[in-house]
Amino acid sequence: MSARNGVLSDTRELRVVGFLCNWCSYGGADTAGVARFEQPTDLRIIRVPCSGRIDPLFIMRALVSGADGVLVSGCHPRDCHYAEGNYYARRRLELLKQFLPITGIDPQRFEYTWVSASEGARWQEVVTKFTNRIHELGPAPRMQGGSGYDELCLKQIEEGVKQGPACPCHKERAL
Amino acid sequence: MRIGVFVCHCGSNIAATVDCPSVAQAAKLFPDVVFASDTMYACSEPGQDAIIQAIKEHRLDGVVVASCSPRMHEPTFRRALERAGLNRYMLEMANIREHVSWIGKNKELNTVKATELVRIAAAKLRLNTPLYANQFDVTKRVLVIGGGVAGIQAALDCADAGIQVIMVERDTSIGGKMAKLDKTFPTVDCSSCILGPKMVDVAQHPNITLYAASEVEEISGYVGNFDVKVRRRATYVNWDACTGCGLCMEKCPSKKSYDAFNEGVAPTAAIGISFPQAIPKKASINAEFCMKLQKGKCGVCAKICPTKCIDFEQQDTIVSEKVGAIVAATGYDLFDWTVYNQYGGGRYPDVVTSLQYERMMNASGPTAGHIKRPSDGKEPKRVVFIQCVGSRDKAVDRPYCSGFCCMYTAKQAVLTKDHIPDSDSYVFYMDIRSPGKGYDEFTRRAQEQYGVQYVRGRVSMIYPKGDVLVVRGADTLAGTQVEVEADLVVLAVGIESSKGAPHLAEKLRISYDHYGFFMEAHPKLKPVETNTAGVYLAGCCQGPKDIPTSVGQGSAAAAKVLTLFAKDKLESDPQISRVNQNRCVGCLKCTMTCPFGAVKDVKDRAGNTKAEVVETVCQGCGICTVTCPHGAIQLQHFTDNQILAEVNALCQPEMEF
Ligand code: SF4
Ligand code: SF4
Repeated sequence: MSARNGVLSDTRELRVVGFLCNWCSYGGADTAGVARFEQPTDLRIIRVPCSGRIDPLFIMRALVSGADGVLVSGCHPRDCHYAEGNYYARRRLELLKQFLPITGIDPQRFEYTWVSASEGARWQEVVTKFTNRIHELGPAPRMQGGSGYDELCLKQIEEGVKQGPACPCHKERAL
Repeated sequence: MRIGVFVCHCGSNIAATVDCPSVAQAAKLFPDVVFASDTMYACSEPGQDAIIQAIKEHRLDGVVVASCSPRMHEPTFRRALERAGLNRYMLEMANIREHVSWIGKNKELNTVKATELVRIAAAKLRLNTPLYANQFDVTKRVLVIGGGVAGIQAALDCADAGIQVIMVERDTSIGGKMAKLDKTFPTVDCSSCILGPKMVDVAQHPNITLYAASEVEEISGYVGNFDVKVRRRATYVNWDACTGCGLCMEKCPSKKSYDAFNEGVAPTAAIGISFPQAIPKKASINAEFCMKLQKGKCGVCAKICPTKCIDFEQQDTIVSEKVGAIVAATGYDLFDWTVYNQYGGGRYPDVVTSLQYERMMNASGPTAGHIKRPSDGKEPKRVVFIQCVGSRDKAVDRPYCSGFCCMYTAKQAVLTKDHIPDSDSYVFYMDIRSPGKGYDEFTRRAQEQYGVQYVRGRVSMIYPKGDVLVVRGADTLAGTQVEVEADLVVLAVGIESSKGAPHLAEKLRISYDHYGFFMEAHPKLKPVETNTAGVYLAGCCQGPKDIPTSVGQGSAAAAKVLTLFAKDKLESDPQISRVNQNRCVGCLKCTMTCPFGAVKDVKDRAGNTKAEVVETVCQGCGICTVTCPHGAIQLQHFTDNQILAEVNALCQPEMEF
């Protein structure tokens, strides 16, 4: 099946990765499916229990190894199934977003949002908008082969994101 | 590892837009996949048997099912694995229905996407390990939030089965909206005569503890072991001493207090019992109108109360309760119809809501059951009913149908004729929706036997002319404009979720929709369960419902609670975090981040600080996993390596099949 490069060249998909929390956004994507809300097919969804489970490392890994876009979605603020997971996610992901330009990755290729389990129509809109945005940006420049990144550098980036500064807005808690 | 892949057609649900045999074929090339096939209905009995047989035949130790959402059938397939002797966590699912076949029409693209989703699932599965559940004790007590008919039914069913019930009601009496109704459709029997005995049962049942004038303040814990804090609002009356004699009500000089029970049809005293059948039958003070509490003068009630139970110093109190399950039955409120300027926006006293009309017809209501116009107290001879006020109207963000207004409008029209035999009734409607036992017959009786005139069309405006109201609207069947002069207009106001419902949902950690109605776990198959284990729904908090359906759901919720409590021990979900003590450096960042306080610090043999997860408290969110700088605390079934394997399976420099 070499459909990706051959027959479908005019409707060529890009690699869009989604990280969705199980309780709200994955449910929202299901609701969109049940309602047969048509969406671009590029997105591949990885299910995690909570948006607070999403390590910025996962997103970096996706972006440096060929993803053209990464979409994260969790429960709306105050609605987290685990009380405050999405607040952690918001701080981590916002930091990552600020950090992306330093790594040479267009921050436009990454987005995070909130969709509840009942918001099928909203999910359709989010996916469509984000996929269209990625198509406008076109395929991401490949990191390997002369783009200046070596393994060590990559590791450091990952570590850096992970350790990040403690966040002052959340009392004594670590980021 | 030996992995088997099963690609489900789901009849034509998936197969119509995904080439399932090709997906299975491609899956055979993935690492460790030793068997792959497509199947018509994986979840059916033959489908599951085929999986079990393949596990045995090909000595599989992990299974990927590519089918519907795991939120739908993960438990089904996990059980199938268990029957084949595998650990239930050796299953991964690829959602190729909700996320593929139902949202895209291009078969080629869909097939590629489905294949990749299987690829992700297989990549993760390779790192799955068997997980085993532990057992923990269940507190066999249930909290019922809301004392309307749905909550009452749930409470009585549980209590009769020997379960301790804690009922929390926001108002000073249970009974909910049903207690306000005069008669019920389609039998036209007296509402309080059928509800009253049930309310008394709640009060007298040895297994029910009732907290009226109370609200749920805080909920923590998890299925089987919730800790609930209930705020008992100050009523300024010592309920232990109050006998419900009602003397205070007569003597209170502040007679202009808003009467919430009677929907404000007439004012009432600042102290009193909301209605004669109230349970508990205790007086309470409406602080807003009490002269003593507002201005420090008066205190008449305290002087005349024979049991000396008035306490102006009373404060809110908080009580703690332990329960194992929760039933939310918080009901509904009426839509605020005053946004409709064309109906007068609340300026015309003779435009009333259906619930107000209900109180006006009720023998124990403020008009003693005589229908009188609020403006001049005259008996109306011509009553116009307008349906769908705040229902099926996108303009006011209430596009849904409130379900029972067609029926109660017919009932009220019938009752109007009974009360005032020489009266005429008109009903402006959009469609008559009467799907229920005996319902359609009833609306027909209203028209044929009682001569209620039904006009199909919307009302464009109401305006006063002399001492009548002119109702102008369209008759879409006749294709003409109509004008009816009415003495009284009754609005069939639609319903919305009860005030503060989203707030409670957040405490319960359940989802709610755009309108504040609570989300059930599955719209068809799990209508009373929520996505939070141990929390169930009954009545209108989940969506508009009539009385029989609310009662049915109350019983259904009780059945779910009893099923949960049928076991002495519950199984904990082993998808929780675990600490690798060798990697843990004891920084305790995880302890600080965990929202549930599930990580405690312990000392190892050398006296070093280490983190340890308390199994029954951990909810499995994985927030700590991301926090740990050493990757020492890992959420089982969603470890860093497992998720990275999924990312790697998806993002490779050269994706080829
Ligand atoms: S965050 Fe990691 S290293 Fe720190 S105490 Fe927790 S498990 Fe140990
Ligand atoms: S996964 Fe971690 S943060 Fe979440 S509840 Fe368990 S111990 Fe706490």
